[in-house]
Amino acid sequence: MTARLALLAPLAYLAIFFIYPLGAIFERAFIQGEGGFAGFGTLLGDSYYLGRIWFTTWQAAASTALTLAVGLPMAYLFARHDFPGKSLLKAVSTLPFIMPTIVVAMGFVALLGREGLANTLLMAVFPFDDPPIRLANSIWIILLAHAFYNYAIFVRIVSAFWSNVAPQLEESAAMLGAGRVRTFRHVTLPVLLPAIASSAALAFAFCFTSFGVVLVLGGPQFATLEVAVYELTAKLLRLELAAALAIIQMVFTYLFLLAYTRLQASSAVPLNLAPQEATARRPKRAIDVVFVVALVALLLVVLSPLWALVERALSTADGYSLRYFGSLLEDVRGDIFYLPLQNIVGNSLRFGVAATAIALTIGAAAAYYISRPGRRGASAADALLMMPLGVSAVIMGFGFLVAFNRDPIDLRATSIILIIAHTLVAYPFVIRSVLPAMRGMPQNLREAASVMGASPAQGFFHVELPILTPALIVGATFAFAVSMGEFGASLLLVRPESTTMPVAIFRMIAQPGAENLGRALAMSTVLMLVVAAVFAAIERFRYRSAGGF
Amino acid sequence: MARNLALLTLALLLVLAMAACGDDDAGTPTEPTRPVSQPAPTAAPAPTAAPAPTPIPPDANNELVIMSHDSFNIGEDVIAAFEAANDATVVLLPAGDTGLALNRAILEKGNPSADLFYGVDNTYLGRALAEGIFVPYESPGLANVPEQFIMDPSFHVTPIDYGYVNLNYDKAFLEAEGLQPPSSLEELTESQWKGSLVVENPATSSPGLAFLIATVSYFGEDDDYDYLDYWADLRANDVAITDGWSDAYYTNFTKYGGDQPLVVSYATSPAAEFFFSETPLDDAPTGNILLDRSVFLQIEGMGVLLGADSPNLARKFIDFALDLQFQEDFPDKMFVYPVNRNATLPDFWRFAEEPAVPADIGPAEIGEKREAWIEAWTQVMLR
Repeated sequence: MTARLALLAPLAYLAIFFIYPLGAIFERAFIQGEGGFAGFGTLLGDSYYLGRIWFTTWQAAASTALTLAVGLPMAYLFARHDFPGKSLLKAVSTLPFIMPTIVVAMGFVALLGREGLANTLLMAVFPFDDPPIRLANSIWIILLAHAFYNYAIFVRIVSAFWSNVAPQLEESAAMLGAGRVRTFRHVTLPVLLPAIASSAALAFAFCFTSFGVVLVLGGPQFATLEVAVYELTAKLLRLELAAALAIIQMVFTYLFLLAYTRLQASSAVPLNLAPQEATARRPKRAIDVVFVVALVALLLVVLSPLWALVERALSTADGYSLRYFGSLLEDVRGDIFYLPLQNIVGNSLRFGVAATAIALTIGAAAAYYISRPGRRGASAADALLMMPLGVSAVIMGFGFLVAFNRDPIDLRATSIILIIAHTLVAYPFVIRSVLPAMRGMPQNLREAASVMGASPAQGFFHVELPILTPALIVGATFAFAVSMGEFGASLLLVRPESTTMPVAIFRMIAQPGAENLGRALAMSTVLMLVVAAVFAAIERFRYRSAGGF
Repeated sequence: MARNLALLTLALLLVLAMAACGDDDAGTPTEPTRPVSQPAPTAAPAPTAAPAPTPIPPDANNELVIMSHDSFNIGEDVIAAFEAANDATVVLLPAGDTGLALNRAILEKGNPSADLFYGVDNTYLGRALAEGIFVPYESPGLANVPEQFIMDPSFHVTPIDYGYVNLNYDKAFLEAEGLQPPSSLEELTESQWKGSLVVENPATSSPGLAFLIATVSYFGEDDDYDYLDYWADLRANDVAITDGWSDAYYTNFTKYGGDQPLVVSYATSPAAEFFFSETPLDDAPTGNILLDRSVFLQIEGMGVLLGADSPNLARKFIDFALDLQFQEDFPDKMFVYPVNRNATLPDFWRFAEEPAVPADIGPAEIGEKREAWIEAWTQVMLR
């Protein structure tokens, strides 16, 4: 019964803040519009749109595979090794997730562009006449950027889970004579599968509904469904087509997620879980040290577009200086929209903390219900709760404007609407982060605690919570990151006094001139610093279990 | 209100049903079912012809909310002057780029978030008028505005500023390559400019649409060599296409490390480059390519929204926006020209040149054919 109640809050949230605004915009599109449901026929009879569905699907699959290939080694690094600077590196590794696409695109240009670092190096070493790397507006840059954006999902979710898995299993396999590769294939991988699948589902959903990357880095010739929906909604105002396409996109997302949640539910195995302090080791042998150093180096290379941005934010005509950062603090030109940097950072942080708190509550409650064994319909509920990831931000934003526009709930002039929108895309991450650990939780732990005389609450706080902490931390990290980086809905719903960092960045580069670019890059650097600091603070938040294991 | 409540109840019931039977995983849970009774929309359709004069209702409050696109910018002191003179509070509400902001206003027709909308240009005017989101107002300030800028003779939208969309080039890059800036649109299809031009997608960008319209004006629609033939040749010559102005300018333009030395931007961009440069310059680093009949004149205006809380204050603001204090303040913030013929321009404005003969297509024709042009362009360029 409590489990049933635990599902009530997330579903009510979903109904009021997701299905209702969507219903409102769909009603506007199909029922108030003249065309009715003819849009579906138009779209499904158009080879262009059918092609979009196909392209969207395969680029998402390819991107997810590449993301996995980059993310898994890093997950291993963080799960099984302890080294100086680990927590800082962990915080930094998740930064790509929050960066506005246009800024990341500039980072890519600085590295891989015509005069970028990579080409300059290659041309210095080899006798090339022309820059050898030509990635601009190609499918490769889309896949690379998706891997860059989403590898952190694998790193965080898989490493949190991995660090809970007691190493005895692997050690036993090694004792029995299995080599490293065999041990990984037959012991480690099957154990990690729930967490890997969980991250893959998130990464796939993200790449499937990718928008900024495709538009800014790939260029308009690589339109995905999301891009088509955006054009039809934001630019052409063909709501009847936009809504039909959005529904087609949602159906696909739902089917993918349903297939995945079913698979997921049947593959969970209870595990021998241990707190992570007990599982990470300092590298002792030389080969381990080399391995760790190599992985850290690789991580720094993956993050290089971000370093390039910081470098550009600091370079001014007279060498390196903090001039652009200074210009964020003072209003030199007296324009009406100027907000001091501390206000903008404050807004972002306020929304981020509020959205994270709500997302953690909702996500953890939902995961608790879904993880109980033998729940009928749990997979369907799980897939349904993931749906906010499958809907275009601009459709969602319009839905909010149409749905919450009359007293008593005219939310259009409040910041609440923004927090609600952020929470909607944040809580699915909490569910995906927490679920593998909840599913793997052995029943006998709690029973043992009761036998020893612990109350259910004591059992929860001293037995389950320490085991769930890494997963909850990952969930909170992503919820916060999603809120800090969210831009699509923010642009529609933000008020001048509640401008967030990504919105401010976009406003700055809407104007020509080196000064505007410099300020935008400085603001991006501030965004990275603030978020990295919060990530590090979240990591510090450990529930110290009294006894340990 | 009743409709919203019905929908909300429906959404709640749907989800609770799912939770209650727990087994229900068929179908997609998102299709709204048709509500039984449909009250008519509350807003009355706005007249599109010259309206009979109706008395303006008194203002509900002395707060003026102005919705605009993201590029709107004005001095704090100017807004303060209006507030003091009218004992009012002004709230500014940027709502995305030109297309998105206007679409939001259309979506909220009759129950707007704002009283006044700033940022309808002559490429979107047709849509705004057809949707009837504005009420007409003929400001006395229009006496100082040259005839060519009065884009809406029905006065639903009052012109405030204008600018030109044209090609910019990177001076240093062309000099290093030993190239002269192109002297005609046709020249851009020749081999020396292969892969040298970046344009914005007209479906998603307002300068992109403006440049497309300029090519329609220049090459015509059904000549032996029409605008689509020209675009096909540009495509064969590796023209780069971006989603919006920012990515074209800051990631594709050679001035910022990209691959293309020619970009579709504004005639005032070189002046902005000069104004925002890090070190004092004696010349702008980029230049304009102003070719007769291939430059698009973009006029922007304001309109009072239907259903505004403060319709009188909104009209006062339109008068104020046509006055010199407002008109002389925004050029170095938005990099557009004031429509008031008596306004003086800042000194660095000398780098912003005006073309002799802009492209000649009126807002009515644009409103009628815009979507067809975009569709045809998309077929030729992206599919």
